[in-house]
Amino acid sequence: MTGAYASARRIWGLIYRHIALYRASWPRLIELAYWPTLQLCIWGFTASFFAARLGNPGAVAAGGLLGGVLLWEVALRTQMGLALGFLEEIWSRNLGHVFVSPLRPWELVAALVGVSALRVVVGLLPALVLAYLLYAFDILTIGLVLIPFVANLMVMGWWVALGVISLILRHGAGAEALAWSVLFGLTPFSAVFYPVSALPASIRPVALALPSAHVFEGMRAALAGQGVAWGHLAWATGLNALWLAGAVLLFANQFRSARLRGALISIGE
Amino acid sequence: MGVIVATGLTKRYGATLAVDAIDFAVSRGQTVGLLGGNGAGKTTTIAMLLGLLIPTAGSIFILGHDMARDRFAALAQMNFSSPYVALPARLTVAENLRVYGHLYNVPHAEARIAELADELHLRDLLARRAGELSAGQKTRVALAKSLINRPRVLLLDEPTASLDPDTGDMVRTWLERYRAASGCTILLASHNMAEVERLCSQVLMMKQGRIVDRGAPAELLARHGRENLEQVFLDIARNRTAAAEALA
Repeated sequence: MTGAYASARRIWGLIYRHIALYRASWPRLIELAYWPTLQLCIWGFTASFFAARLGNPGAVAAGGLLGGVLLWEVALRTQMGLALGFLEEIWSRNLGHVFVSPLRPWELVAALVGVSALRVVVGLLPALVLAYLLYAFDILTIGLVLIPFVANLMVMGWWVALGVISLILRHGAGAEALAWSVLFGLTPFSAVFYPVSALPASIRPVALALPSAHVFEGMRAALAGQGVAWGHLAWATGLNALWLAGAVLLFANQFRSARLRGALISIGE
Repeated sequence: MGVIVATGLTKRYGATLAVDAIDFAVSRGQTVGLLGGNGAGKTTTIAMLLGLLIPTAGSIFILGHDMARDRFAALAQMNFSSPYVALPARLTVAENLRVYGHLYNVPHAEARIAELADELHLRDLLARRAGELSAGQKTRVALAKSLINRPRVLLLDEPTASLDPDTGDMVRTWLERYRAASGCTILLASHNMAEVERLCSQVLMMKQGRIVDRGAPAELLARHGRENLEQVFLDIARNRTAAAEALA
């Protein structure tokens, strides 16, 4: 058996564990789609209201709102998917078995990345269909540039989740609330529903340090028919590379620190 | 050469010395008991052997692999069972075993699961969720998980804790049979002295992070002038001797 095959099988083993979990639990499956769908309904009706009142400019703003909701959910669900996948092992007191298997830490992360991607697909598909049926909003009209936008938001979700996992490794399950809240905290700075220029000048540098702000600036440009904002795309990709590298280093450092402190044994207690 | 070789193994948490420069070696096919009271350092030692914990000092070689540099090569040939580490409760027994079949790269995993199900009488439990099982059934499933990869080294932390005598005996019988058939090396931490006397060819007695006595169960009984390991355990735990007790 080659090393690559063995690695792929270990990664699949952990992904299969999560698929088996969701397969057996329809409430969990519903929960995946619940929040994205709810968000879409709230913002969709709000956007429709403004579009009806303001005419064409309102319709453009409505498209921006709906696109923002759907794309921000990509980042949120990706981040939660990865972080909750790790927490699932803590809650089931299974982490000890996982870490004494030949599963490498990077394979664990790769498996959780796979799980998070599956959760995004299952969670967002109903919202995408609803957006089309209820508001005739087709996110695919953004064009092919949607792919790098989505990819950048997913990468952002992953590095934020790696940061959360690092904090859980450092502070134990007491830090688990961050798995739900941390990315929500970045929403005001991510320019999801308004341009960066709408932010106070002192906050703009913070926003521009986040890949998400560049993605949403790019999305609005695409929806307004201004073509691909290559500059924003480049910034988003570059910033993601930097943040991801930092998060990987932090995770590796905290994983080693947890092995030094004995935290892998007591993390769920 | 020992299958497990620990040299100068030390673990310090701040001012607390959990394991204090212990040395031991376990040969192929041996079952060695790790005994000691609560806080003696058994679990810390096992955690270091499994790579869950980085030693402060010392070295561990398992199956010739340096655990500090090459632990995954050893972990692929090892396994572990403890009643204090659970399997995902919402997954069925078969799904749980399948997960570990993948994690350990077990060839023909489904056949191996069927084989273990027959040997450990799990056939009727395969479709049931792990969380719905009784303590005895969970222990058998945990044992199946720990044998999924036909390990050459098996680390067991109180494998029969909280089991009724019948299930406990069944687990011990199975371990004896597996070791005899496979030549597996077993390190067993237990508070059940009868279990240790039955299964172990060698015993390491730990106290306050140190190995304070070692030898075959019969040697320990002779050295302490006792009839069973429980008395030896109490002698060591309470710093008493048979002679002093007789005088008293």
